[in-house]
Amino acid sequence: MSAVIIVLIAIAALAVGVAAGYWLPPHGHRPSAERPAPVRRILLPFTGPEISRRAFEAAMRLAKAENATIMPAFLARVPRNLPLDSPLPAQCSLGMPLLEAIEQRATAQGVQVDARIARGRTYRDALRRLLEQESFDRIIVSATNNRNAGLSADDLEWLLERVPAEVMILRPSPTDTRRIYADVAGHF
Amino acid sequence: MSDDARPGVSSAAGGMQEPRRGHLRVFLGMAAGVGKTFRMLMEGHAEQESGHDVVIGLLETHGRADTATLAEGLPMVPRRRMVYRGTELEEMDLPGILRRAPEICLIDELAHTNAPGLEHAKRYEDVEDVLNAGIDVLSTLNVQHLDSLNDRIAELTGIRVRETIPDDVLGRADEIVMIDLTPEALLDRLRAGKVYPPERIGAALNNFFRVENLAALREVALRQVAEEVGHKRLTTEYVGSRGESLAAEAPQAVGERLLALVEPYPGAQRLVRRAWRSAQRLSADLDLLWVRPPSGHLSDDEERSLAALRQLASVLGVRLLVEESDNVPGAVAEVAQRQGTTYILMGGSRTARGLSRLRTPLPQRLMELLPGVDVRIVADRARRSESSERIGGIEDHQ
Repeated sequence: MSAVIIVLIAIAALAVGVAAGYWLPPHGHRPSAERPAPVRRILLPFTGPEISRRAFEAAMRLAKAENATIMPAFLARVPRNLPLDSPLPAQCSLGMPLLEAIEQRATAQGVQVDARIARGRTYRDALRRLLEQESFDRIIVSATNNRNAGLSADDLEWLLERVPAEVMILRPSPTDTRRIYADVAGHF
Repeated sequence: MSDDARPGVSSAAGGMQEPRRGHLRVFLGMAAGVGKTFRMLMEGHAEQESGHDVVIGLLETHGRADTATLAEGLPMVPRRRMVYRGTELEEMDLPGILRRAPEICLIDELAHTNAPGLEHAKRYEDVEDVLNAGIDVLSTLNVQHLDSLNDRIAELTGIRVRETIPDDVLGRADEIVMIDLTPEALLDRLRAGKVYPPERIGAALNNFFRVENLAALREVALRQVAEEVGHKRLTTEYVGSRGESLAAEAPQAVGERLLALVEPYPGAQRLVRRAWRSAQRLSADLDLLWVRPPSGHLSDDEERSLAALRQLASVLGVRLLVEESDNVPGAVAEVAQRQGTTYILMGGSRTARGLSRLRTPLPQRLMELLPGVDVRIVADRARRSESSERIGGIEDHQ
């Protein structure tokens, strides 16, 4: 009789152990229930191998404050003589190290990241296609004095008029000389 | 050497002793104007001075006086004239070169397309005949004419070159000489009228000849030569150590094919980026594989992540394979065998819970199922550098 009881107790203990192993979080990990799911998505589009540090820091501050996911998006241009769905490995070689760099820095600060690459005939076209596929709560772009780089003044005006999201445009500042760029060649 | 002693391409079929194949040296450049033809002519003079019979089979001076001057003193096989649709054209005289049978022949612009009605459609095919006749050839080529680089260069420069040649033409060259010039120096040459006549300089500067285009082309050309050198060294080592038959197998023996295991969640993008980077360095093909549970319903977030993965795969030019199975190791092994995978990349597994803790982890299962295939677990570098102020190679630069 006592042997049966011992066996039953052992079986019960095993069941409790298995159940605990399944339901309890592993050591060192916070249970997911304690971490509220992110509800907001902040798009941070860029077109080259570096971005303004002000834009990045603004995105990080907002993402932390709102528990949002930051979505860095590299915009690539497809030359007119190539089909729109052409692979763009050369441009990706330029943009992807920065995506990696942003992801590393954001993750290290506890901000969730979900990166994107979008392509189009122009930067605006690439952004338009991305916005057609997905919705974002906020878009952060930095204006630039360089007419040949990034999104133009027309593009920014288009963003403000057409995009159903909060658009934050950081105007160029003489003191904004600091950039974030990726020096991760060979390590991502 | 008489014509009989230097038989043409048909001689082997006629039962005569097969001639020595000529030696092909290609002067490769990033763009017109770097000095390929000039260098070819200088080498021609050097060979002539050392007692060899050198002729110019075809020379394109593009109106450059320096080039025309340098060609003086080297005998030239006259071009042959032909009429196509009422237009008189001048083309290289292949039969004339074979009849003349020099020791060394200089043939400019390897990627040129011949006028219809000639022996071959492309000049590199003419060059093959010349080489098969035992004549050494010096030729010139711009890197954008290589088939495999055509799309890449069109993407970089926005200009697609119509005249291309298969990569193995360059691969079969005995020597490739890179004619290098900095973009700035080439632009100076262009502005000084040393590349094109004055009326074409403005258009050239506005279109193809821009610093960013030239810098990208230069990088591609340098990489191409580095790859060719590496390939030839490998082949030579095989020939030297293990016999001729292994030489042809050498590229396959070291060829890699990568398979990255992904799932529709945001972190998969990092894995894909790293796998793609590795594939680029290894000059390998990359496949992405998601083993989807048969009855798995995707949440909105997963649908979004899957669409982003598809987009990323498309932009990078890699294939995303989706296999339905509840046996992940089995499905991965099957795909890896089918694709000829040599290298599997995967993210860190989720922490096992309950009875699944008793299972053999996926990397070990894959190593058991796929002997000879490397399995690499891609680390999350962000976690590694959490305590560091300088994170993962990011710098703020002023």
